[in-house]
Amino acid sequence: MTETEIQSPTSPRARFVRPIEFDMRPMLLIPAIALLALPLVGSPSTWLTLTLAGLAMGMIIFITASGLTLVFGLMDVLNFGHGLFIAFGAYVAGTVLAPLVAWTSSAELWRNLVALGCAMVAAMVAAAALGAAFERLIVRPVYGNHLKQILITMGGGIIGEELIKIIWGPTQIPLPLPEALRGAISFGDASLSRYRILAVCIGFVVFAALAWTLNRTKVGLLVRAGVQDREMVEALGYRIGRLFVGVFVAGSALAGLGGVMWGLFQQNLIPQMGLQVNVLIFIVIIIGGLGSTTGALTGALLVGLVVNYVGFLFPALTQFSSIGLLVAVLLWRPQGIYPVVGR
Amino acid sequence: MSALALEGVHTHIGAYHILHGVDLVVPKGKVTMLLGRNGAGKTTTLRTIMGLWRASRGNIRFGGKEIAALATPTISAMGVAYVPEHMGIFADLTVRENMLLAARKARYVGDLDEDRLRWIFKLFPAVEKFWTYQAGKLSGGQKQMLAVARAIIEPRELLIIDEPSKGLAPAIVNNMIEAIQELKTAGVTTLLVEQNVNFAKRLGDHVAVMDDGIIVHNGTMAEFADDVGLQQHLLGLAL
Repeated sequence: MTETEIQSPTSPRARFVRPIEFDMRPMLLIPAIALLALPLVGSPSTWLTLTLAGLAMGMIIFITASGLTLVFGLMDVLNFGHGLFIAFGAYVAGTVLAPLVAWTSSAELWRNLVALGCAMVAAMVAAAALGAAFERLIVRPVYGNHLKQILITMGGGIIGEELIKIIWGPTQIPLPLPEALRGAISFGDASLSRYRILAVCIGFVVFAALAWTLNRTKVGLLVRAGVQDREMVEALGYRIGRLFVGVFVAGSALAGLGGVMWGLFQQNLIPQMGLQVNVLIFIVIIIGGLGSTTGALTGALLVGLVVNYVGFLFPALTQFSSIGLLVAVLLWRPQGIYPVVGR
Repeated sequence: MSALALEGVHTHIGAYHILHGVDLVVPKGKVTMLLGRNGAGKTTTLRTIMGLWRASRGNIRFGGKEIAALATPTISAMGVAYVPEHMGIFADLTVRENMLLAARKARYVGDLDEDRLRWIFKLFPAVEKFWTYQAGKLSGGQKQMLAVARAIIEPRELLIIDEPSKGLAPAIVNNMIEAIQELKTAGVTTLLVEQNVNFAKRLGDHVAVMDDGIIVHNGTMAEFADDVGLQQHLLGLAL
């Protein structure tokens, strides 16, 4: 055996290469659906506006769903209370932004972004803390029991929603966009709102951070291994329980960030917002395949596009469009488009 | 001098009382074979040592320290490596990722001890050959080699392997015997559960036979291998 043969596998440059073929077909669905919609929409500029808005909306949905990818997809926890972290994050952000009105009403973009950044960090920290308590008190006793998970997390979500009503009141609270993020940028006859451009940027950052952590770090390796054989990871000397608490908390923090993005997208806060988004993000996770960040992103973009096209072409069917997409995808791939976990 | 000692260990799994007071001594630097009929409690004994099932009564001492109440990761961190009967390979990860996972101090493959890796590649060439392959796509023998290689990626005081030869082709069984003999030469204490009589005879220094949740025989493999009557009586077959 030569030195060169040994050098190759241990080379720091060859750290986590995964010789697994990537299936492009689900991703090609995105341009395929877009092209299919072009003759139906008719006007190219309207089509372009709808397509860009749909993809940006998909990114917002992805940010909101990314936390559940970890919690449901990887940890196999059916957390029907996930929407609580979304709503809680949004309300905390609203509370942080309220005294920063001088910054959010400024026409200078950097002031808007600093205020928004503070709100996002506060929302993520608060949602993470709530997630840690939720995991300890509600989820931990029911690991491995789906029926109990559904019942108890749904109950936890309802109690949380009532607590939001007690703290912030039951009525709608406006959450206006910062000044520089209002309005749209035009491309010929097409346009895209400034806020959606920001959402796309944040979505890509979240996707890149998740993909890097799961595929390029030891923590990600442990999470992927723990999903396959929890007991063996423990036998190798790792405290998987602590790791999974960390994953749950990270998923809650991402839900908090998603709540900020969703609240600003709707430009108002209501206590039921988490429950409303919950259904949509479960659809995205199931379309994407359990545990897959790439799947969740692809699923979210597909849902964003389809909802936008259907909303324009057949407004009465908008509410059913995402469920129709879910059914179609599951008929094609019963485990979702990029399943990581074979459940 | 013993590396591991069990005294009156009882284990319950739910309503079932599986181990009824196991007394077992694993001498340091030797290979101890744990034999017995199916359902005798061999796997339960190994899992109880690792803390995967909790001993309801009795003492387990490793390196002189009581470990019966410790959590599995703590026992592993004390230098005990475990290869379960199902091998515990992470099928969706690559061979390299499986190895990296077992090296607790390494964050990246570049952090692995190169001399040790070279030694492991010599013991198990398949690990090097399929380094970047998905572990789930390996054959049964290759998976078993990976499982043992993974267990020794860091220096360990005690290696516990549950049926390493199960379902393997004779040529691969010979490879495994040579590898475990080399580990013994390197001073690794080994506790093996085995059904393959040839494997047990060629590797074992000591032997313990289990039946119905207790140890019914303890001694040297040489004596046990010579006593056909005892083998027939305890195992229902001759080695």
